Amino acid sequence: MVPEEQSIAIDVRDAVKRYDDFTALKKLSLSIMDNEFFTLLGPSGCGKTTLLRMIAGFENVTEGEIFLFGEEIKNLPPYQRPVNTVFQNYALFPHMTVLDNVAFGLEMRGSSKSEARKGAGEMLELVQLTQFANRKPSQLSGGQQQRVALARALAPRPKVLLLDEPLSALDLKLRKAMQLELKHLQRETGITFIFVTHDQEEALTMSDRIAVMSDGELQQLGAAKDIYERPRNMFVADFIGETNLLEVSVDKIANGRAVCHLGGGHELTCNSVEGIGVGSKVHMSVRPERLFISATPVENESLKGRVKENIFIGTDISTLINLVDGPEFIVRTSNSDRGNKRIFEPGNEVFVNMEMGAARLLID
Amino acid sequence: MASRSYDIKSYTGFKFITLACLVILYAPLVVVTIYSFNASKSITVWEGLSLRWYVDVFVGPESEKFKLAAMNSFVIAIIAATVSTTIATLAATAVVRGGNFRLRTASLGLISLPLMVPEIVTAVATLIFFNAIGFDRGLMTILMAHIAFCIPFAYLPISARMQGIEDTYEQAAMDLYATKRQAFTRILLPLMMPGIISGFLLAFIVSLDDFIITNFVKGAGVETLPTAIFGAVKQGIKPNIMAISTMLLGLSVIMVTISYFISKSDNTK
Repeated sequence: MVPEEQSIAIDVRDAVKRYDDFTALKKLSLSIMDNEFFTLLGPSGCGKTTLLRMIAGFENVTEGEIFLFGEEIKNLPPYQRPVNTVFQNYALFPHMTVLDNVAFGLEMRGSSKSEARKGAGEMLELVQLTQFANRKPSQLSGGQQQRVALARALAPRPKVLLLDEPLSALDLKLRKAMQLELKHLQRETGITFIFVTHDQEEALTMSDRIAVMSDGELQQLGAAKDIYERPRNMFVADFIGETNLLEVSVDKIANGRAVCHLGGGHELTCNSVEGIGVGSKVHMSVRPERLFISATPVENESLKGRVKENIFIGTDISTLINLVDGPEFIVRTSNSDRGNKRIFEPGNEVFVNMEMGAARLLID
Repeated sequence: MASRSYDIKSYTGFKFITLACLVILYAPLVVVTIYSFNASKSITVWEGLSLRWYVDVFVGPESEKFKLAAMNSFVIAIIAATVSTTIATLAATAVVRGGNFRLRTASLGLISLPLMVPEIVTAVATLIFFNAIGFDRGLMTILMAHIAFCIPFAYLPISARMQGIEDTYEQAAMDLYATKRQAFTRILLPLMMPGIISGFLLAFIVSLDDFIITNFVKGAGVETLPTAIFGAVKQGIKPNIMAISTMLLGLSVIMVTISYFISKSDNTK
């Protein structure tokens, strides 16, 4: 949770971005707190990069306002906004050395050449690239270029750092390492980071809060855990992590609990949601890791089915189960306590059981 | 190897046609070059190796005429190349970086069109223009005409270069507090430099070599090197002409080579 007294770094109010015949952002409002690692997450074309570029000043705002620490910035050119960007392709100046690249922002802000170089040197130390100061960007590896881009954007001490999918060009291992490094850098510098990505795992790993976007609209905003465990709608449930999305009809609602029919005579009870009444057909989301398999029914709501396939995915085993006359379920079993658990083979008759509160009804 | 059958070298007659083309293109140049070192007064009879015609170019009876013409040529070429390269750089910046302004395609076409128009048409048109506005023909008219027709030549390598420069570099510069002007001078201009130098050299050589337009717009008694050579040839070809031609050829080869290597050197990578 974000404490109340924390000040707002970026306040986007009813922002609309229209191109000739295409609306990239539809009246979007959100507040990003000071000293927060904030992620804009969504599939490509959802408007997340457009919003980032509007904050940076590369795209003008069709309607609405953008405030930076209370100051309206939508009419300021990029060079008058105290925000810096790490570009997706880094955009390091190829004709300058690494040191001059990092010093550029400081120099343009009015520091003398020697001051700027001193500041740049300190930044390079922070990202551990001091020994490459006099190389040209082309002589560095992708990961090193990435860190130069980061140092260059952080050197002028911006109030907000914008990162436009900066890790997408790196291989998996380096990306994981950079995710942690970014998070540490954010804590160390205390600068607000706004990170754009389409990778939900990356977003969950790094962010304090995540804004899930699609089609130019905000789908859900909340802490990583919130969004994963309490997706507000079908898009969020489906986009974040793996889930069992089931079409159900609500049979009965009593004491805040809804009994839902899954088809084939299978029934599940979950918390009812406001706006969903008896008889309505809605979607239900159940995370595969919150289900477990047993050979005999554990409770009266155990769902009977047959194992279709086991998929080994390293840390987990993913088991596909067809309910008798009902939908298909994916169940994840951790590999860590395999010794205590029986592995069910394809064809085995099994029961699918659920932790309390694991199933969620979705509004749309 | 399978890919071998598509190799152009395996086509029948490839070698022969290539050789024939090279001979037709370069044999006359080679002959002129060789005969410029002839000791004989005749242009067809070989009498042995000598530098006498090169000496003749600099101190011979016609040397004053050629020196003055060469001087005119170089001054005009340097000024014309400088001015046209500057204009071409600005034009390229506007066309490549100016977004989708109205008449963008038209501007692009208008800049490159002179390359396609027969030079004699441009020459006549330029002459008529100067007559129409009552401008006295002389060095000035040559210079103005050269600036105008050099622009497309300077423009091509500059805009080609510029199209290869991603606009995120300028965005990054402006993001880092550089104004538009600073982003241009500190980032874009250095990155464009190979294209600009290449464009300058091309414009220089085109101006230096130009005959048709120059011949139309030059005033009486004003000569550039090509018109002076043409004038001399009309009274019969002498070996000193071959010496001058060989020197001009050498200069062209050097400039084109430099231009090639500069445009190849890529500082964006």
